[in-house]
Amino acid sequence: MKKIKSPAELEKLRETLVSQNNTDKPWVTICCGTGCSASGALDVVSSFEKAIKEKNLDIDITTKVTGCHGFCEQGPLVVINPGNIFYCKVKYEDVEEIIKETLLEKKLIDRLLYVDPLSQEKVKTEDEVTFYKKQLRLLLGNNGMIDPTDLYDYLGIGGYGALNKVLQEMTPRQVIEEIKNSGLRGRGGAGFPTGIKWESSYKAEGDLKYVICNADEGDPGCFQDRSILEGNPHSVLEGMIIGAYAVDSGQGYIYVRNEYPLAVKNFSTAIEKARDYGLLGENILGSSFSFDVKICRGGGAFVCGESSALIASIEGKAGEPRDKYIHATEKGLHDKPTVLNNVKTWATVPLIIEKSAEWFSNIGTEKSKGTMIFSLTGKVNNTGLVEVPMGITLKELVFEIGGGIPGGKNIKAVQTGGPSGGCIPEKLLDLPLDYEKLIEAGSMMGSGGMIVMDENTCVVDLARYFLSFTQDESCGKCIPCREGGKQMLSILNNITQGKGQEKDLDLIREIASVMKDGSLCALGTMAPNPVLTTLQYFPDEYLAHIRDKKCPAGVCQALIEYFIDQEACNGCGRCLKVCPSEAITGHKEEPHELDQDKCIKCGACTEVCRHEAILVK
Amino acid sequence: MVRINIDSKEVEANGESTLLELARKNGIEIPTLCHHQAVTPYGACRLCLVEIKKEDETKLVASCTYPVREDGITVLTQSPKVNRVRKMILEFLLARCPEVEIIQEMSAEMGIKQSRFILYDNDDCILCGLCARVCEEIIGKSAVSFTDRGPDRKVSTPFNEPSEECVGCTACAFVCPTGAIKVEEWDEIRFIEKWNTEIPLQKCAKCDMLYTPANTPGYILSKMQLPENLLRLCEKCRRKSVAESLSNYDVTSKNVIIKK
Repeated sequence: MKKIKSPAELEKLRETLVSQNNTDKPWVTICCGTGCSASGALDVVSSFEKAIKEKNLDIDITTKVTGCHGFCEQGPLVVINPGNIFYCKVKYEDVEEIIKETLLEKKLIDRLLYVDPLSQEKVKTEDEVTFYKKQLRLLLGNNGMIDPTDLYDYLGIGGYGALNKVLQEMTPRQVIEEIKNSGLRGRGGAGFPTGIKWESSYKAEGDLKYVICNADEGDPGCFQDRSILEGNPHSVLEGMIIGAYAVDSGQGYIYVRNEYPLAVKNFSTAIEKARDYGLLGENILGSSFSFDVKICRGGGAFVCGESSALIASIEGKAGEPRDKYIHATEKGLHDKPTVLNNVKTWATVPLIIEKSAEWFSNIGTEKSKGTMIFSLTGKVNNTGLVEVPMGITLKELVFEIGGGIPGGKNIKAVQTGGPSGGCIPEKLLDLPLDYEKLIEAGSMMGSGGMIVMDENTCVVDLARYFLSFTQDESCGKCIPCREGGKQMLSILNNITQGKGQEKDLDLIREIASVMKDGSLCALGTMAPNPVLTTLQYFPDEYLAHIRDKKCPAGVCQALIEYFIDQEACNGCGRCLKVCPSEAITGHKEEPHELDQDKCIKCGACTEVCRHEAILVK
Repeated sequence: MVRINIDSKEVEANGESTLLELARKNGIEIPTLCHHQAVTPYGACRLCLVEIKKEDETKLVASCTYPVREDGITVLTQSPKVNRVRKMILEFLLARCPEVEIIQEMSAEMGIKQSRFILYDNDDCILCGLCARVCEEIIGKSAVSFTDRGPDRKVSTPFNEPSEECVGCTACAFVCPTGAIKVEEWDEIRFIEKWNTEIPLQKCAKCDMLYTPANTPGYILSKMQLPENLLRLCEKCRRKSVAESLSNYDVTSKNVIIKK
């Protein structure tokens, strides 16, 4: 391998790679993102390798380990080509059958096909799965196609073409204009226009400038940044190199959680490979532009996703935010002009450069362009990573892509924007998802968290949970966030325990406004959002906890009691066996009884009862 | 030169200055608990929040960290919005450390009789971080710093162990606004309870009086170029010794300049 010394050499290499790619030859891709790996994908890989090695197969099969497809709940995912056959929940033992039946005899294995939760129909290819149908997978789409550790794979799908274009045809000014014209906004949550940010740094004086990739994804249940870094690390790296060229930066950092070992590993490999091939380092592709990237591993503090805390952490200081009256683009890392963007923002850059700002700005709404990746979780049939054009409605997301609510239950609300986002009620499900509309509804885009709640979710308990998260993760530096959050949490704890008073609700609103106006960073100003939105949209549920001492959803332990329906109970004894506090008694085949004094309200009986005989009141 | 308006007073700023510095220079008082002119502004207590207006935009900013750079902004140090936030911050602090005099005084000034919040059994520390900043920036030691986060945050020595770094200078206690850092001395020992640290005291080489923590003189000498003997004596003996040595000089000599 030798360094590529010019854009022409890179194009030549790409042509060779594409011509060598024989698509007729059978090949199998196995998703080995963190989700599928946890479900046993690595065993599936070794099973394929073993079978190919040990059995004298009549055909030559290529296997490829790829990144995350986003549909982790169905993993391990395996795609068989030709035919694009999509198998779910594949196990080690299935491999022999896949080779024999599908690869040799071209037959489908019924049990491995995806079953649509609504129509109960079996689906053959990935494109036909309802989960994927409405998606526009600009960033995630290539994850399932390429081996993230293989630079040639990325080059084969057109990778580093945007960098080539920039170095050959564009001035830094032109790159910034293109990004500005595209309408790309920061995908970390705040939605600041990326091009304007770059321009500020471009104009700022300084011999040394930095670009940083924020991969400190900390929202519970969010893993889109991880999936991109694991599955297509070069796309992020290419974006960073282009950004560095635009603002004239020589050094970049990626701040990534150390709890993302595979992302760290794959990104490290990408950096090494890019350096080896002259795509990173001194005189990139033979030009006069030099730039390198270092990995900085975060210790897992949620607040380090906040830009000033992140920068402090890279500097080796405690990860605490500071007032940002002087922007990082002027005085950031080591007081030098710094551009800090999220993983998704960086990964979008090469697409815009390659396909044009106009193409990009045609996707999405008037002010929110392109696609957004949401982590769809909670009480919804299809969970996983969903990449959709901005402006899609919550309803489409939950009911079409997500396949609706399991168990025929009703939807109650959707929490968007992670723990500092807001709770959007069912009546607003037609809300188009863009930055402004979400803020109007009291929530935010955030990093794309989306938790669906059904009728059995208590919104007071939900607000209490999210606030306890942000309280725990607050750095504790400023008083409004630290003390305000603590006091608000204790009021919510009281309400969920039936000790609340109606005047508490006004006090909550008052604390929230002080946290919003007074806190030092966005963690504090946003932390009251789940509380405020649930108060706004579900005031009756709060009042039920306070006035009637009841939890309508049957969640808050202090306010509920479990009963056994004497008519429904057939005395099977399942509840009796699981009850940890021996509160349930009764003879076999006779209705059981539950002693309220002994019951610890753990709900174990409800989970095992097959006759709906356990009632919660 | 930047001209701004603070509480209807036209003021001018030269070069880099924060809003708080500029206001104080012009006789406008803004309350704060985490600021000290000797150390870097921190922006933690948020009591010094002021309302600024530029063009159509209005927002609250921490005056201790806000740089005065834009011409023509209007600053209100006691607007209703500012007072609302300030009052509640004091209520939070009253609930955290009800015994602290300065917080009682500031609350009374704002008309707060009682905090509406749950009292937490806590020490008098409000986590302003002045002790840690003074130790790091002025003393150059970083013997104490913040540990943990969120509701568990506190200032402490590493692992709460007696500090090996502390020179016992007690600059931390000097800058602490709430008196949370208490210093006691007994049996040739200086004890700082909050840091769980004991420092032996040193005797004056002349009169045997205990006059300084034992490791302070050596540390000061390593930082500053001073005659080595100077710090071996207590303050009284030192003055006496200087006076004696001066008495041996010919005061009419041109080499000696006696300042008023």
